[in-house]
Amino acid sequence: MDLGGISPILLLASLMVASTPILLAALGELVVERAGVLNLGVEGMMITGAITGFAAAVATGSALIGFLGAAAGGAALSALFAVLVLWLRSNQVATGLALTLFGLGVASLIGQSYNGVRAPAMPDLHIPVLADIPVLGPILFQHDLVVYLGLALVAGVWWFLNRSRAGLTLRAVGENHEAAHALGYKVLRLRLLAILFGGACAGLGGAYLSLVRVPQWTEGLTAGAGWIALAIVVFASWRPLRLLLGAWLFGGISVLQLNLQAARVPVPVELLSMAPYLVTILVLVLISSGKGRAALAAPGSLGQPFHASR
Amino acid sequence: MNLNRRTLLASGATAATLATLGLPVRAQEGPLKVGFIYVGPVGDGGWTFQHDLARQAVEEQFGDAVETVFQESVPEGADAERAITQMILGGAKMIFTTSFGYMDATASVAAKFPDVKFEHATGYKTAPNLAVYDARFYEGRAVMGTIAGRMTKSNKIGYIGSFPIPEVIQGINSSFIHARKVNPDVEMVVIWAYTWFDPAKEADAAKAMIEQGVDVILQHTDSTAPQAAAQEAGNVITFGQASDMAAFKPSPRVSSIIDNWGPYYIQRIQAALDGTWASQAYWGGIGDGVVQIGEITEAVPAEVKAEAEALAASIADGSYHPFTGPLNKQDGSPWLAEGQVATDEELHGLNFYVEGISGEIPS
Repeated sequence: MDLGGISPILLLASLMVASTPILLAALGELVVERAGVLNLGVEGMMITGAITGFAAAVATGSALIGFLGAAAGGAALSALFAVLVLWLRSNQVATGLALTLFGLGVASLIGQSYNGVRAPAMPDLHIPVLADIPVLGPILFQHDLVVYLGLALVAGVWWFLNRSRAGLTLRAVGENHEAAHALGYKVLRLRLLAILFGGACAGLGGAYLSLVRVPQWTEGLTAGAGWIALAIVVFASWRPLRLLLGAWLFGGISVLQLNLQAARVPVPVELLSMAPYLVTILVLVLISSGKGRAALAAPGSLGQPFHASR
Repeated sequence: MNLNRRTLLASGATAATLATLGLPVRAQEGPLKVGFIYVGPVGDGGWTFQHDLARQAVEEQFGDAVETVFQESVPEGADAERAITQMILGGAKMIFTTSFGYMDATASVAAKFPDVKFEHATGYKTAPNLAVYDARFYEGRAVMGTIAGRMTKSNKIGYIGSFPIPEVIQGINSSFIHARKVNPDVEMVVIWAYTWFDPAKEADAAKAMIEQGVDVILQHTDSTAPQAAAQEAGNVITFGQASDMAAFKPSPRVSSIIDNWGPYYIQRIQAALDGTWASQAYWGGIGDGVVQIGEITEAVPAEVKAEAEALAASIADGSYHPFTGPLNKQDGSPWLAEGQVATDEELHGLNFYVEGISGEIPS
C-alpha cells in the first residue's frame, strides 16, 4: 500500500507511545484476572491515577514522583474495590462498574483546581549510542522511562506467572480457589495484592496520559482507554506476551488511521477505527468455540466470590 | 407498629394532598427551572465550558427568578432522551441541549412535553416548542484562515475535524478559502477524529499532522490537547476553539474563536419569563457578539493582525460574507458566481469541499 509520505519510523515510534497507557492498564488487569477477580473499574482507576499523578507532579515539580503518586492513587482506589469484593463479597461486575463511576467523579473533584495547569516535563531518556542507530534508534531507544517500564513489566509479569512459585500460586488461586485454599494458600491475601498491583498499573497508565501524552489535565481525559484495556486482556487470552501484541495493535491502528488521514491517503476511517474491536470479537468467538478451548480459556474462578467456609 | 405505620401513611397522604393543592400556586411563584444538557465535562476548557459560563451568567442575571440545572457528558443518541426526560420530570420548564447530536432526542422529547420550551444548539429541526440556535463559526474561521495563510512557512495547514457535519465543513471551507486568498500555495490537511472530546486522540492527531510538516493547526474538537502538542513541537501555531484557551498565549495559541452564548441565553429566558417566547431559528455571528475573536497575540506580525481585524470588522458590519463567489466545488463545478453569496440554507446543508482541498469527506 502506498503510505503517501508517512515515515514508518516515526509511525512505529508513536505507536510505542500510543500503546503505553493501555498496555500498563491491561497488564495490571491481566494479573488481577489471573488471580480470579474481574475488576471492571480500570477506567476509574486510570483517571484517578491520571489526576493524582498530575497533582503529585505539579506539587513536587517532578514527573517521576508524579508517576509514584499515580500508582498510589490507583492502588488506593483499587483497595476500596478489594475490601468490597473480597471481604464483603459484593458482586464483582457491579462493584467494578461503580468503581469506574466513582473514579471519574473523584478525579473530576480533585481536578477542579488543575484545569489549565502545566505539568512538569518528563526527562527525555536519550540513551547514548543506541539512540543514534539509524532505524531502530528512533523507534526503540528515544522514549521516556515509562515506555521502558511498561515493556519491562510485561517481561516481569510473564516471568512471574510462568517461572516463579508465587506466580504459580496466583494462577492456582485464579483457576480454582477452593483447591488453592485446601492446599493452604491465602486466597484473599493473594487476591488483595493482585488487585493493588492492578490498581497501581492502571494509575500509571492514566498518568502517562496526563503527564506525557496529552500532557495536561482535562476532565474525561482517559476517554474510554480503560475499556480498551479490558478488551485487550480478553484479546490476549490472559497471556502477557499476547497482551503486548494486542496493545500495539490497538495503539497502532489508532495512530495509523490518523497518520493515513494526515497523509491524505483515501482510507475508510470508520473501518480502521472499528478494526481492533472486530478482532477482539473474533478472538472471543474463537475462545468460546470448541477447538483450542483449554489453551485459550479464562481463569476458572474468574468473577466468583470466595469464602473459606464453603 | 401498626399504629405507627397508619400514622405514617396518614401523614404521607396529607403531605401528598398538600403538595397537589400547593403545586399550581408554587409553579407560578417559584423560579423558572432551566435545564442544560452538555456533551462534555464543564472542565473541558472549550465548548461545554463556554455553555456553562453562559449558564452562570443566566444565574447571575436572574438571581432567584431562575433556577438552573445541568448534566455533563451526556452521550449523543438515545441516552440523551432519557437525560432530558429526567430533567423535565425534575421540574425543568425550559431545556437547552447544547450539541448537534441531541437533535433527534430533543425533537422526540419536545413532542411529548408540549408545555416545556426547548432550545437546541446547532441543529435544524424546529417545532412550536422547539427553537434552534447556532453561531456562524465560519465567520471566525475566515479570520483564523487569514492568519493561518500568512503565518505558515511549510504551506500546510491542518484542520482537526470532529464529525463530517455541515458546521465543521463550513469551518474547513471558510479557513481554506481565506488562507488561500492570502497565500495561493496553501494546502489543507484534514483529519477526522470522530469525537468532540478525546484529549489523547486529539493530541495524536495533532502530532500526526506535525510529522507530516503541518505548521498551523486549526481544531474543531474541544480539548486543549492539540495546543499542548503544538507547544511541545515548538514551531507550530494554533487557534483556541470555542473557548479562548488563553493558557497557551502568546504561542502556540495566536488567536481564538470564542463562543459567547450568555446574551442569547439571557434574552431567551427573559422571553420565557415574559411569556413572549416563540420558536425560531437563530444564527448569530461576529456582528451579534455570539462569535468573538480572541486576542491576536504578539506572535503575529502587526500587519497580519491588522488585516485579520479588518476582515473581522467587515464581516461584523455585513459588508463582507465569507462565502462570496466566485467559488467552485471540489470537483471544479461552479458553486457561487462572481459576487454571489451563499444562502443560509445552502450553508446548513453544506456537504462538499471547495476547489483546492484534496481528500474526501467521509459519508
